[in-house]
Amino acid sequence: MVAVRQREHRQYFPKPGWVEHDPMEIWANTQRTAAQVLADLPGGGEVVALGIANQRETTVVWDRVTGRPVTRALVWQDTRTADLVIELAARPDAGLVQERSGMAIAGYFSGPRLRWLLDHVPRARERAERGELLFGTMETWLIWNLTGGPDGGVHVTDVTNASRTLLMDVRSCRWDPDLLDFFGIPAAMLPEIRPSVGVLGVATALSPALPIAGALGDQQAALFGQACFAPGEAKCTYGTGSFLLQNTGAELVHTRSGSISTVAYQLAGEPVHYALEGSVAVAGALVQWLRDGLGLISSAAEVETLARTVADNGGCYVVPAFSGLLAPHWRGEARGLVAGLTSYVTKGHLARAVLEATGWQTRDVVQAMAADSGLSLPSLRVDGGMTTNNLLMQFVADALDVPVVRPMVGETVSLGAAYAAGLAVGVWSDVEALRRNWHRAAQWTPTPERAVALTAEYPRWERAVELSIAWGAP
Amino acid sequence: MSHGRRASARPPDALASVVVPGTVQSIERAAAILQVVAASGGTLGVTDIAEAVGLAKTTTHSLLRTLLHVGYVDQDRATGHYAVGAGILRLGSHLDVNELRARSSNWADALAARSGHAVRLATLAGEDEVVVVHHVFRPDDSVQVLEVGTALPARTTALGKVLLAHALGHRPPRAAADSWAGELAEVRARGWAVDRGEHHPGRGGIAAPVRGPGGMVAAALGVNGPLTSLVDGRGTPRGLLLGMVTDAASAVSRELGAGGA
Repeated sequence: MVAVRQREHRQYFPKPGWVEHDPMEIWANTQRTAAQVLADLPGGGEVVALGIANQRETTVVWDRVTGRPVTRALVWQDTRTADLVIELAARPDAGLVQERSGMAIAGYFSGPRLRWLLDHVPRARERAERGELLFGTMETWLIWNLTGGPDGGVHVTDVTNASRTLLMDVRSCRWDPDLLDFFGIPAAMLPEIRPSVGVLGVATALSPALPIAGALGDQQAALFGQACFAPGEAKCTYGTGSFLLQNTGAELVHTRSGSISTVAYQLAGEPVHYALEGSVAVAGALVQWLRDGLGLISSAAEVETLARTVADNGGCYVVPAFSGLLAPHWRGEARGLVAGLTSYVTKGHLARAVLEATGWQTRDVVQAMAADSGLSLPSLRVDGGMTTNNLLMQFVADALDVPVVRPMVGETVSLGAAYAAGLAVGVWSDVEALRRNWHRAAQWTPTPERAVALTAEYPRWERAVELSIAWGAP
Repeated sequence: MSHGRRASARPPDALASVVVPGTVQSIERAAAILQVVAASGGTLGVTDIAEAVGLAKTTTHSLLRTLLHVGYVDQDRATGHYAVGAGILRLGSHLDVNELRARSSNWADALAARSGHAVRLATLAGEDEVVVVHHVFRPDDSVQVLEVGTALPARTTALGKVLLAHALGHRPPRAAADSWAGELAEVRARGWAVDRGEHHPGRGGIAAPVRGPGGMVAAALGVNGPLTSLVDGRGTPRGLLLGMVTDAASAVSRELGAGGA
């Protein structure tokens, strides 16, 4: 890594459950940080290609002539489509969505957000049908602007982002006319679906001959940056939430157990690689709650210090279903709970239960994936802020009974985008060359006795999850 | 200085008249002195402090000298006035070891990647040992075991020498006093320490201090590996490597808010 620039953009919360970003601000920040990074390069270093990784499922609609968004972007955490999704899921032909897109209808994905925009922005539908409006996820918006915007901008999306819309046939990797009918989306506004690794256009806004040669959704970029190129290889990113992706190779896995099938990546001219994904909404966010909501710690890292004041959880379990549970349960009505309270339980036990919740949720997801794919997990590659927590990482290793491995470069999302772009323009010859770049910085090895004990304890956690779902039931 | 201000610096009870059975008198006296020094805002000399705590000037002076030695008070050379020392400030802003690991992680990774050596961050645990707080593997994908939580001898490792050199009130054992005190003074002066096979024959380490808020040394950051890869034929640390270690330690210090340290 030779240079880093970052810039935060504003989050808008106009109503409870609504989360928006200003696409113009993101574009301005991108131009500015890119120019700064180019200026930062030591010794007049040369940039040979640009790669993009983006938060997935965030939805933008803009005017192709003026380049102005019709409204702010609907962000992936936005839950305004909840009612729309219930309505759509109740239709007799709703089974089509799972069958073609590989994913059940949920407000988490961008298709329902696009439908909401078409329904609620004045004249949006008729203008979209006339081809005046364009749709994109964030990488599409940035690529269009980088390649000229209204003046010849390229309107493309990478296949991993397209797979998160519910509008794409996950086998052929083309927009599916029946799904477009189902959601009521005009085909004229959709970008062209392209491989993740391959030249997408020239970033004339930054430099006359700089190719944009890679684009991936952030979690797929982390999978790529972690060099998980073989079936079975998996990574988990522990941030606010946790996102586990396991490469399943060229075969699409039919899921029944609560994981979802998604596109991992595609190299130009090659078949698509698929992945199973398990998204957990609350991981690090639970530690933040311990800090900000309860005031038991003054920094996130101190949760380990507090947890180490006791030897075990004292019978206490925390289910962090703050706004329902995602994978593998998909129960939006579930609400959080603390189970097993006795007068014996101290804040130390609570801290341990908070960390263990992230470990147990990882086990939930891994079990669902194993049931769906039949692939065993050789080891779990981890990244994200919580990987500096040794107690948690050892717990994950024991709960899964597999080694947990942290790579030397923690910025796996950016690294994955850079790998994709570099691979496309020949900086690296093939994925094996990228694999040789990957180095282990730490490894947590499961302790056999602990693994046995945690398997025996796991039903307690499952019971707590059942109770959290029951608590939230109408 | 007004009389009123001096009065407000006086502890509520005159110290000489309050002796609680079973307590250590000199610690009570030192605590009272610290209260007076803290309340005065660095405006009192030994005479005023002795009067405020109700002790003889010679007793007060000897207590102040001890507090000065451990870093709990500082003395202004020009005025002779006493102020609260950095050692006291550090007591209140204790750096959590897990916080240390989280904040140093990016720099420790970069040090391992660039140097090709294993990296360890350690804190002092008593007079004889240091504890590994963070460990990054040597980036060659060989089998290695995470050493977080492992205790290492303080006197024979580079990490330990850095920490002992900056430890408050550290006194070398009598037998080795001269050479040991000399080595620690050297470590303090040049800002790094080296272990030339003292802990493990043929293996060694280079380490530099990591400073926390207020500039006090909070940890030591270093590389370790085969001695020949760390030092040249005369036992001098290889320049490029030494620069990487001291740069990384400074970067972590800045991350922790050590200011100009």
